[in-house]
Amino acid sequence: MSETRGSSGGLMGWVDERFPATKMWNEHVGQYYAPKNFNFWYYFGSLALVVLVIQILSGIWLTMNYQPSADRAFESVEYIMRDVDWGWLIRYIHTTGASAFFVVVYLHMARALLYGSYQKPRELLWVFGVLIYVSLMAEAFFGYMLPWGQMSFWGAQVIISLFGAIPVIGDQLALWIRGDYVISEITLNRFFALHVIGLPLVIIGLVVAHILALHEVGSNNPDGIEIKKNKDANGNPKDGIPFHPYYTVKDTFGLIVFLIFFSIVVFYVPEFFGLFIEAPNFEPANPQVTPDHIAPVWYFTPHYAMLRAIPDSFGGVVVMGAAVAILFFLPWLDRGRVRSIRYRGLGFKVAVILFFISFVVLGYLGLQPATGLYTILARIFTAIYFGFFVFLWVYTYFGLEKTKPVPERVTMP
Amino acid sequence: MKKYLMILTLVLVPAFAVGAAPVNGKLSADVDPHDKESLQRGAQAFANYCMACHQAELMRYNRVARDLGFSDEDVEEFLIFTPGTLAVDVMRNAMRQEDSQDWFGAPAPDLTMTARRHGPDWVYTFLNSFYKDENQPFGVNNLVISGVSMPHVLQELQGLPEPVYEDVDGQERLVGLELNQAGMMSPAEYRRFTRDLTNFMDYIAEPVKAERQRLGVYVIGFLLILLVLTYLLKKEFWRDVH
Repeated sequence: MSETRGSSGGLMGWVDERFPATKMWNEHVGQYYAPKNFNFWYYFGSLALVVLVIQILSGIWLTMNYQPSADRAFESVEYIMRDVDWGWLIRYIHTTGASAFFVVVYLHMARALLYGSYQKPRELLWVFGVLIYVSLMAEAFFGYMLPWGQMSFWGAQVIISLFGAIPVIGDQLALWIRGDYVISEITLNRFFALHVIGLPLVIIGLVVAHILALHEVGSNNPDGIEIKKNKDANGNPKDGIPFHPYYTVKDTFGLIVFLIFFSIVVFYVPEFFGLFIEAPNFEPANPQVTPDHIAPVWYFTPHYAMLRAIPDSFGGVVVMGAAVAILFFLPWLDRGRVRSIRYRGLGFKVAVILFFISFVVLGYLGLQPATGLYTILARIFTAIYFGFFVFLWVYTYFGLEKTKPVPERVTMP
Repeated sequence: MKKYLMILTLVLVPAFAVGAAPVNGKLSADVDPHDKESLQRGAQAFANYCMACHQAELMRYNRVARDLGFSDEDVEEFLIFTPGTLAVDVMRNAMRQEDSQDWFGAPAPDLTMTARRHGPDWVYTFLNSFYKDENQPFGVNNLVISGVSMPHVLQELQGLPEPVYEDVDGQERLVGLELNQAGMMSPAEYRRFTRDLTNFMDYIAEPVKAERQRLGVYVIGFLLILLVLTYLLKKEFWRDVH
């Protein structure tokens, strides 16, 4: 303890003798050595953390004025938009934050794919990350029902009915989730409980685990080199720099860039052309009237496109679930010895780009009606999506990959 | 400049009056939440022509007063026609739900969110798409909502356009509307009237729109200054990293 700053006396000394405040600070921030060559892609981890805080804070204030009942929910949201001081701002921050969360998380996951951040010894780090992603999807789905608009109601109707497609137990399972024979106030109330307390607790716990796992194994970097292999006399990585102040100031800059984009959406295009807030949701939920075209919010559309691409409804549910579940196995599917795309074989480069394209195209197709050509395209790109994982395993397991030599030390951007 | 534009518009608009509403596609209302005069005129039009049947139950009169520069007394005198209603109340209609059910077959829908649900251009196009149709209970139909169950409330202002049918591939098709006898307003005046009304409906759908657009400039301006400062800070701290 004697070598840590502040432990010698004063208020921090008093605290440090009773609680590892300085020790934790040093371990996770002050003396956490991160590779010095982080590039653009490395902003999204800290941004995801910021968005989580934004969502929790704005969510708390929304909860103060929202009424989770079928009669009052829609009205109370409009009450927040009109009569609550700054309520409109809090709500737009929350609706924009939901989409922003998926934007930064998708980019964060893409980064992991590009630089092999899921490979040994970061398998658990990746698994925790995928668990956060799955929890986030549940959180977003529960939250989308709360405004009790037409899309809230019918979107939930479609998604819950998917569980009904499971053989034997399906109907009972859907009933158990809804708590009623149709979507009703009972469903709304339990979704409210899960949205405001259940899932947030799970997500916060997983985020802590994700960060602890990261700091245990250390950060990967765009070169995919283990910086801990090259240490100086003090035992610190030669290619590492303390997270604070280097990355705290760098991430603050990234945060401001992010907040500028965030503010443009909040103040000028809060509906974001019907992608962040869908127009039918400005009409109160009406169980008697089905909207012409039910599309989920944009961040679920790739999965929705895969669901509809399969002619059999249970088959569609399986494919959709597999699209997410397969991510868990990525560290063991990729047997490559090189992490970063910079030094991987041409096959990997082509495959990962095709994979990104398939995800974006499926996202677009999920917004369109499932007709003729669109369905055929959805099938092709679903095959490419899964094909990536199959290819990756074959390519690396049978040693088909021709990698480039990896440098000893990191290269600065 | 504005004056010339207006004259130009007034000269040109009658030329388009025939076949004014496109059979397919939308007219552009070009709504402007900062145009207070248009919103004030729209508020009066809404109170006079819409609120006998429709309501805007999520909107308060005193909010309208505050945002559009009316006093509460003005609002109570010029906008409120529903008996026993004060400026603090929400915009309720005069018609009872049961009567509406009896007369029109359905309660008149609430109009608070209509412009956000369907978009302001949809509302504007709807208001400019009524036409004569003897087969309908009120003798009118609408290009936007076929078989619309409301009368053409603005008929005294616009007049009643007649449908123009043409033979397309051996089938009679409605290709446009033709106004033979204008009402109290010229076609240009009617367009401005319905544009004001649309502007007001867009305002009640999201009363904070003008305010958020005004504030956004300051927020983003502040962030841009921070952007420069944080960039310089980052550069300074990273000076020794090679």
